[in-house]
Amino acid sequence: MWFFNSPQIVFGEGALTHLAQIRGARAYIIADPQMTTFGFVERVRAQLAEANIETRVFDQVEAEPSLATVRHGAALLREFEPDWIVGLGGGSPIDAAKAMWALYERPDLAPDGISPLEYLGLGKKARLITISTTSGTGAEVTWGIVLTDPNEKRKLGVGSRETLATLAIVDPQFVMQMPPRLTADTGLDALTHAIEGYAANWHNDFADGLCLKAVDLVFNFLPRAYANGDDAEAREKMHNAAAIAGLGFINSMCTLAHAMGHALGGAFHVPHGRCVSLFLPYTMEFAANAGNYRYADLARFIGLVAPDEARATRNLIAAVRDLETQLGSNTSIASLGIARADFAAALETLCDHAENDTQIVAAPRQPDRAELRRLFECAFAGQPVTF
Amino acid sequence: MAVKFGSPEWVQALQEQLNTSQAYADAAKNWEGDFYFIVDPEGALTAPIYLYMDLWHGKCRAAFVAPDKSAKAPAFVMSGTYSKWKKVVSAQLDPLQALMTNQLKLKGNMTMVMKNVKAAQEIVKACTRIETEFEM
Repeated sequence: MWFFNSPQIVFGEGALTHLAQIRGARAYIIADPQMTTFGFVERVRAQLAEANIETRVFDQVEAEPSLATVRHGAALLREFEPDWIVGLGGGSPIDAAKAMWALYERPDLAPDGISPLEYLGLGKKARLITISTTSGTGAEVTWGIVLTDPNEKRKLGVGSRETLATLAIVDPQFVMQMPPRLTADTGLDALTHAIEGYAANWHNDFADGLCLKAVDLVFNFLPRAYANGDDAEAREKMHNAAAIAGLGFINSMCTLAHAMGHALGGAFHVPHGRCVSLFLPYTMEFAANAGNYRYADLARFIGLVAPDEARATRNLIAAVRDLETQLGSNTSIASLGIARADFAAALETLCDHAENDTQIVAAPRQPDRAELRRLFECAFAGQPVTF
Repeated sequence: MAVKFGSPEWVQALQEQLNTSQAYADAAKNWEGDFYFIVDPEGALTAPIYLYMDLWHGKCRAAFVAPDKSAKAPAFVMSGTYSKWKKVVSAQLDPLQALMTNQLKLKGNMTMVMKNVKAAQEIVKACTRIETEFEM
């Protein structure tokens, strides 16, 4: 028994104009400062104004939103009493909007207590619209929320199937100006979602096809979008790929690369997509070394020919590494500029946080503590995983 | 020798498994909170079984079958039917998936649970190491 959850998705050029057709009285737009600077907030407000919806804006969500920001935003929502909440941005503002919505409806909840294990009763005061302005996190179509506890230097994976948007806008107009580094980081995040969602122990027939398609789109169009930001087709395909990968993994599960990436990102403030994609080939090797060859399906789907599953899997791992190199992405922890001494000092905490990250539960191969430590060591030094 | 699921011998065996598991000790080193694992009536089982476990910083300090629900007031209560527990204990059903699909129900501090998923996995692994006899 399992579920498949998805918002209504409006995608393609001009998708934003759908906002002018929604019905409601008040909308609170949750964003980060860049969304105002780039004029994206005004574009959204203009559409909502056509629908005669009064708007307010909170555009102070930081990267890696904190528990305090979520509490503050929820208090603002309670003052204005919106019937729509609009999460506008990359993963951080959208995840913050989800958490603020939950606390707006349930003031008794703590942000880190938003759990998929109990009924929250959301949707009585407001509904959620998500508008993605990066092509990676898939946050616009997922119910997962990543928050940061600055005291513990830890990322927290929370969320409930109820923290899912009613409407997701996937309009490529917002990603045409993304700089190459952000294009690469977010695109590799989408790739990690798709590969992990496919390989996870919780994989299922409904999510598999989405993951396959997303992997294919990323390999075909991410290099183009990175090399030429004006390539409109590549931009649109990558924007779709991110949402498709998001649907794929949220209805299956992400796994070990995300658990390790969350731990590293929380400790050293490395962008999410760069973190998780850095660990992806290492964790694929770790799984493959124990005979997990589900990756071979993905390899075949993108045209990597091999005589058997083991070699197909190795081909896919090599293709991931090649893509990361082609995109100038970090392939080791050391290459992020993290000193050996700082890494060593943090290693046990990294292991603590990774092994208690919710994303680890569906890993195709579960590392024990010693293996997890060795995986971090391999990723630090850029050495292949041979165990 | 196989022990009957839900019996005093079974819960004692689980306590022993947890207290001799380094993996559980590591994973649950920050855990503080006792549990009722309740097996709800189903089929031939006509009354609930209350398995009490006092889990504290990587050790199981006490484990027994409580005579009734009022015997203890634990911080966490996880409940499900016999057949669902059977699937979880024999590793056919992931406990987190069981909770997310309401096949098992949990009451308690969700924040703490979500920060300690590895400990929950190690408990299930310990269950699978017990030679268990199921009555249905």
